Amino acid sequence: MAERVRLWTRWPMIVWLAATWVLLWGDLTLANVLAGLVLGALVMVLLPMPRVGFDGRPWLPGIVVLVVRFFVDVIMASVQVAKKALAFGQHPRAAVIRVRLRSHSDLLLTITAQLCSLVPGSIIVEAHRLSGTLYVHVFDVDDAGGIDGARAHALEIERRVIYALATDEEIAEAGLPPRRRLLRRRSQEVSA
Amino acid sequence: MSVVEWVASACFLLGCALTLVAAIGILRFPDLLARMHAGTKPQVLGLVLSMTGLGLSIGSSQVAWKLILVIVFQFMTAPVSAHMVGRAGYRTGKVREDLLEVDELTEDLERAKADETPG
Repeated sequence: MAERVRLWTRWPMIVWLAATWVLLWGDLTLANVLAGLVLGALVMVLLPMPRVGFDGRPWLPGIVVLVVRFFVDVIMASVQVAKKALAFGQHPRAAVIRVRLRSHSDLLLTITAQLCSLVPGSIIVEAHRLSGTLYVHVFDVDDAGGIDGARAHALEIERRVIYALATDEEIAEAGLPPRRRLLRRRSQEVSA
Repeated sequence: MSVVEWVASACFLLGCALTLVAAIGILRFPDLLARMHAGTKPQVLGLVLSMTGLGLSIGSSQVAWKLILVIVFQFMTAPVSAHMVGRAGYRTGKVREDLLEVDELTEDLERAKADETPG
């Protein structure tokens, strides 16, 4: 028999589905919220999905850095591709590189891959879940600062995702300095 | 015209221009993977700007929420679809090797294949 869906452990998904429902109707009324919650629960029971298993710890400064840098990157990416689309002459030299990520969480891998596809110069061609490896198509090797530059860029995105969402243990496991030290260093830079 | 209308118009023009550039890119880029870049980046930002312009010019919060949903879903689905197209293209040999400086995925796939077949 299929594993029973425990609804109370799935409340974030139901809240998200209810929020989508309310947004689609466009106004926040009690009836809409209740209908959204009921429909959300119904969807979870009728169409059960495997658990992603998020046990991270969201960290607000990390999330702010991630989101702001992401939007800057999206704009830069569009400008870059637009320039290349309209430019005359040679096509840029491309490459497919392997990037071994430091975290082992499925969710962090997914988010990193999604963000990589939207920022300048990279698209994920293949993701290998067990070894935590992404295969990234680099649009223009010279623009990205060579193969190593492109690899460093993908790892930098992963670093931001880790600081935004991972637990302290995962940060330590990935070989990154703990968050507290990150803050202290930044405040030292400001005061200096 | 009010300030809001000016901003909305600017958003519309920029958004449409970016979408046009995305289309030109898809036409001009040499291979599948490069085309996926055009399909994800200028296209997504073009849609975001168009939706912003639409939200500003309509000015109704009921519609604005729906437009935000459109943007959120675009951000979630565009990378996934680009990935799926790229992956399928890769596995069916639609990728032009001669345009790639380095190709570490083919190296790894071939190594994995060699490991599977004994002898």
